[in-house]
Amino acid sequence: MLEVKGIRKNFGNLEVLKGVDLNVEKGDVVAILGPSGSGKTTLLRCINFLETADQGTLIFDGESYDMSWMSRRDIGALRKKTAFVFQSFNLFLNKTALENVTEGLIVARKMQKEQARKIGKRALDKVGMSDRYDHYPHQLSGGQQQRVAIARALAADPEIIFFDEPTSALDPELIGEVLEVMRELAQEGMTMLVVTHEMNFARNVSNKVIFMEQGVVVEEGTSKEFFGNPKEERTKAFLKIVTGES
Amino acid sequence: MISERLYGILIDSFWKILLPGLKVTIPLTVIAFSLAMVIAVIMALIQFADVKVLKHLARFYIWVIRGTPLLVQLFIVFYGLPKVGVVLAPFPSAVIVFSINEGAYGAEIIRAALESVPKGQMEAGYCVGMSYLQIIRRIILPQALRTAFPSLSNSLIAMVKDTSLAANITVAEMFMATQRIVARTYEPLALYCEVGLIYLLFSTILTKLQRVGEKKLDFYGYNRR
Repeated sequence: MLEVKGIRKNFGNLEVLKGVDLNVEKGDVVAILGPSGSGKTTLLRCINFLETADQGTLIFDGESYDMSWMSRRDIGALRKKTAFVFQSFNLFLNKTALENVTEGLIVARKMQKEQARKIGKRALDKVGMSDRYDHYPHQLSGGQQQRVAIARALAADPEIIFFDEPTSALDPELIGEVLEVMRELAQEGMTMLVVTHEMNFARNVSNKVIFMEQGVVVEEGTSKEFFGNPKEERTKAFLKIVTGES
Repeated sequence: MISERLYGILIDSFWKILLPGLKVTIPLTVIAFSLAMVIAVIMALIQFADVKVLKHLARFYIWVIRGTPLLVQLFIVFYGLPKVGVVLAPFPSAVIVFSINEGAYGAEIIRAALESVPKGQMEAGYCVGMSYLQIIRRIILPQALRTAFPSLSNSLIAMVKDTSLAANITVAEMFMATQRIVARTYEPLALYCEVGLIYLLFSTILTKLQRVGEKKLDFYGYNRR
């Protein structure tokens, strides 16, 4: 469904992505792992055009795009089929939880207010925020804000949701509630591409894992293979550190 | 202590000063400040959005206006421009100068407020499919104006007092009214103190309104991070 080929990105002299390929099938939950600075967040941001890649091809629903040279219209059209969940939530601070979810529907998709509110409420109910429709972001905990952000992503009825370290900014006791929502989405067959440091999520929820380091993919495979039988030395060393197993 | 004559003058002059305050000072402030806000938002957005040529024009405008005295600007427009055939009545001259002057300061306040809105707000807007202008209008600008509100209130209070400069270009506002009464009665200390108190009254009311406004705008706890 979504395929990326040969993506390259430099920030000044720093080569962040050195030709990365990626393939996501419908219903896949792909976890992108790797140490900080490995380029995984940049990869995700390039795929949603928050950064412009220097090189690379994106194939989405059979259509092929040159990632370094996208028209504004193509970007807009692609973004309407995708959704993005940020590490720092990025809820609209001047909008309530419900308005956060309906804003894109009403403004970008020209949906009727009533219908948007119905969809918005359903999305908030789904993430367990039915008693917080009219709360502003600063009246919510980090975990609640991130769940609203996921509801905002869901409301757009996307073909794929990108998650950029969705639990990294959360207090430890709030991580569970967000992961639980993501687990439910995965079980319902939502296609997800998740940059994460949560090994349990990668192991138990995602079906594919990509391990990146220094701008290249070191190893990729099914979660089972990756955790049970890693091939690369680098992967083994990484897993040893993050899982704390000897 | 206060002679009966002086007492009479103060009472008598109170309305004579307050009336031009209500009829000239306040309308001048309201009109000029409203226009200034329009100018300020446009100039701030031009810079924020990095619009090519216009950005330099905005910088030039702000540089000139902030670098020259308000009184000089008033004199140029009212006494200077007739030399080149542009003759404006006192009140419109004052409106033009005050709005252009305040527009430059307001532009800087709003630009800084726009830049203080977290970058992620813009990105989140893009990701839900909104266009640049939609995000600016519905997400960024409301938050920036909230941030800018206290500083802009300050500017408004400053402008109320600065309108006294318009007396120099024969606008019949409060200060000019006072000067006229002083010339007739020769009680400068009492009368200038009196007009000062009326300015203080105006400022106090605005300060109270600022409080109310801030409370109202703070309902989403934006500043309670």
